[in-house]
Amino acid sequence: MKRPPTAAELNLCLCHSCGLACDMTDEPHQCPRCDAPLHRRKTNSLARTWAYMFAALAFYVPANLLPVMNTTMLGNGSDSTIMSGVLEFWEHGAWDIALIIFIASIAVPGVKFVALSLLLITVQRDSLWARKERSKLFRFVELIGYWSMLDVLVVALVAALVKFQALGDIEPRPGILFFGLVVVFTMLSAMSFDPRLIWDHSAHQEAVDEEVMDEPIQS
Amino acid sequence: MNPSSHDETGNAPVKRRHFGVSLVWIVPIVAVLVGISLVIHSKMQEGPTIVLNFKTGSGLTANKTEVKYRNVVIGHVTDVALSNDQKNVNATVKLSKQAEGFTREDSKFWVVRPRIGAGGVSGIDTLLSGDYIGADIGESNARAKHFTGLENPPPITYGEPGKRFTLHTQDLGSLDIGSPVYYRKIPVGQVVAYALDADGKGVNIEVFINAPNDAFVTDNTRFWNASGIDLDIGANGFSVKTESLSTLLVGGIAFRAPDYNPNDTAAAEDKTFDLFADQQTALAPPAGQAQYMVLRFDQAMRGLKVDAPVEFRGVEIGKVVSVNLDFDAEKRSFPVNVGIVIYPQRLGRAHTNLLKALNHTTEDENGAAQILSTFVDNGFRAQARSGNLLTGQLYIALDFFPKVPKVAFDASARPIVLPTIPGSLELLQEQLQAMVEKINKLPVERIASNLDGNLVELRKGLTQFNSKTLPGVQSTLLDVSKTLQSASSTLAEDSPQREQLTQTLDELGRMSRSLRELSDYLGRHPESLIRGRPEGVAPIDMKGPPRN
Repeated sequence: MKRPPTAAELNLCLCHSCGLACDMTDEPHQCPRCDAPLHRRKTNSLARTWAYMFAALAFYVPANLLPVMNTTMLGNGSDSTIMSGVLEFWEHGAWDIALIIFIASIAVPGVKFVALSLLLITVQRDSLWARKERSKLFRFVELIGYWSMLDVLVVALVAALVKFQALGDIEPRPGILFFGLVVVFTMLSAMSFDPRLIWDHSAHQEAVDEEVMDEPIQS
Repeated sequence: MNPSSHDETGNAPVKRRHFGVSLVWIVPIVAVLVGISLVIHSKMQEGPTIVLNFKTGSGLTANKTEVKYRNVVIGHVTDVALSNDQKNVNATVKLSKQAEGFTREDSKFWVVRPRIGAGGVSGIDTLLSGDYIGADIGESNARAKHFTGLENPPPITYGEPGKRFTLHTQDLGSLDIGSPVYYRKIPVGQVVAYALDADGKGVNIEVFINAPNDAFVTDNTRFWNASGIDLDIGANGFSVKTESLSTLLVGGIAFRAPDYNPNDTAAAEDKTFDLFADQQTALAPPAGQAQYMVLRFDQAMRGLKVDAPVEFRGVEIGKVVSVNLDFDAEKRSFPVNVGIVIYPQRLGRAHTNLLKALNHTTEDENGAAQILSTFVDNGFRAQARSGNLLTGQLYIALDFFPKVPKVAFDASARPIVLPTIPGSLELLQEQLQAMVEKINKLPVERIASNLDGNLVELRKGLTQFNSKTLPGVQSTLLDVSKTLQSASSTLAEDSPQREQLTQTLDELGRMSRSLRELSDYLGRHPESLIRGRPEGVAPIDMKGPPRN
């Protein structure tokens, strides 16, 4: 117990915009210097994370089932979904490219869903299990979030470049829109999650907050 | 919800945002709604799935090959697999919602490939883009899931304006699906199908005439096979007729109505016409109802072929349909049975007048037999005549032979049996035969021996004549010579007889002159016969010769 007191113990909170340590006993919770609203934790973090993740999951289905791209070569067009593209590359021996697409487009969102669910559930259950690893996991999820847009970028680039009229033409299909939405919502979900929640209970195990974690602290 | 734990000041907590559920849940709800709407949309867009049965899967690729109608994609192949019996290929096709009509039972599907056929080249675009499945919507109300793909694209698409007609003919000739149909040498349609008759005795050819030219097919229109070349060597020289160069290669059909056909109306759809062999027979007057008759000839019928003409007074009114041997048990002979058909309508006005005169209708066969009966009584006979002396081709001539012996005619027999007389050439042959036989019967040997005896007698007579008569003749000739000599001396220049003769002749001359003068004078002065010669009139010879 040599650690300094936490902000919550002192009823203090940093202003998000100007960094001033404010007294949370004042009402309303507002930075006395810059008038920004003060929150101890991200507002409504768990509910938002869950909601965005469910939205992403809902879009994940059409993103994988609908075609993302239409390739027309010499008047013979064909739609391809993400998975069919992976399979096509795989069958043609380009297993490395297939692997990249598979990881970036299918595995990463999947990993994100699993990781976020794990984080959310453990936080809600006040679990003390592997908290450092869970923190690392969260940082990892945030890191790979950007790379999921790879697919969208590829389709956008190719569709813009390959315009050879009758010879060859590539057009985006609605699947890529849903795929983009999946990526956006998983990123939103990850952003809504407050990693401090992992540690909240460890610091004050004896003084458990009466607050339910998914409750807003107050705005 | 729990009130905040920092409410010590007693101020009522600001209840601005305390709904039971956070508003952020709207986001996943919207996402799920979007997903559900997508599912519903795709379900609604989803058309029927059909299975097409093709002979080969060439050009068919799952998820790639499209089904097109009028070059609009209406579906795509989702699976290509062998049929259960491994003899065909089943292509599963997912049609779009709007193409639901293509499940009609009589819809047609075929693979569009580059083709070089009778009608030209088609499907060139598929060389680059790959094959696709062409479709044509049917009109049946029944729906089907399984279709048999056509090997060749149907020549016309459903709903094309125009009319279909059926042509009946003996054989297909060089026609094929896609063969053009010409009207005044302009292609106006094509052959779309052909099939054998139910009994296999003919071919039904289905043609399609495009609108608006289908209006030219009238009830009286004749169709003929325009395939190939029509060579004509006649009195006017040598002429070649052909409908067009392409009909030489792929065959074709032409049609036209005869020039004079009043009250002609456009033919109804699916009307059946006869397909004639050539234009000449097609445009000939209609043959009308055929009348079958049998002729029995007792002589050989070499040169009489099926289709040989039957003529009545030089007008062709029918043709020979069969030439068969028969056995006559009574006469122990082998007569030739010749079957002919006669088209009474070809008699033209004679036929109508005859019917009118005898109050018969065309269909009345008994009436026709009655007429024939009276004709036969008047010497109506059939005769095989030689149409061509070089080739010995025969034709059948019907005519009246008033001098022939009467024969019994059975008017109730069916088919009608017409009596015959031998042909002209046969008649001649028979007469020659009879003559030769008569000559054969002459007693030539007896005549020769008699003649021989006579000649011997003659020779004997001549010897006698030489030995006995000739010397006598010689002496007689000498006597004759003497007589002639004496006669010649009598008539010599200086003989007294000659002189007297000259004088007598002079006297006669004078006498004749005075007689002429007298007659002249009397001609001029006939009164002098009564009154005598008037005074002062000199005799004519004093006045000079008279002027004629």
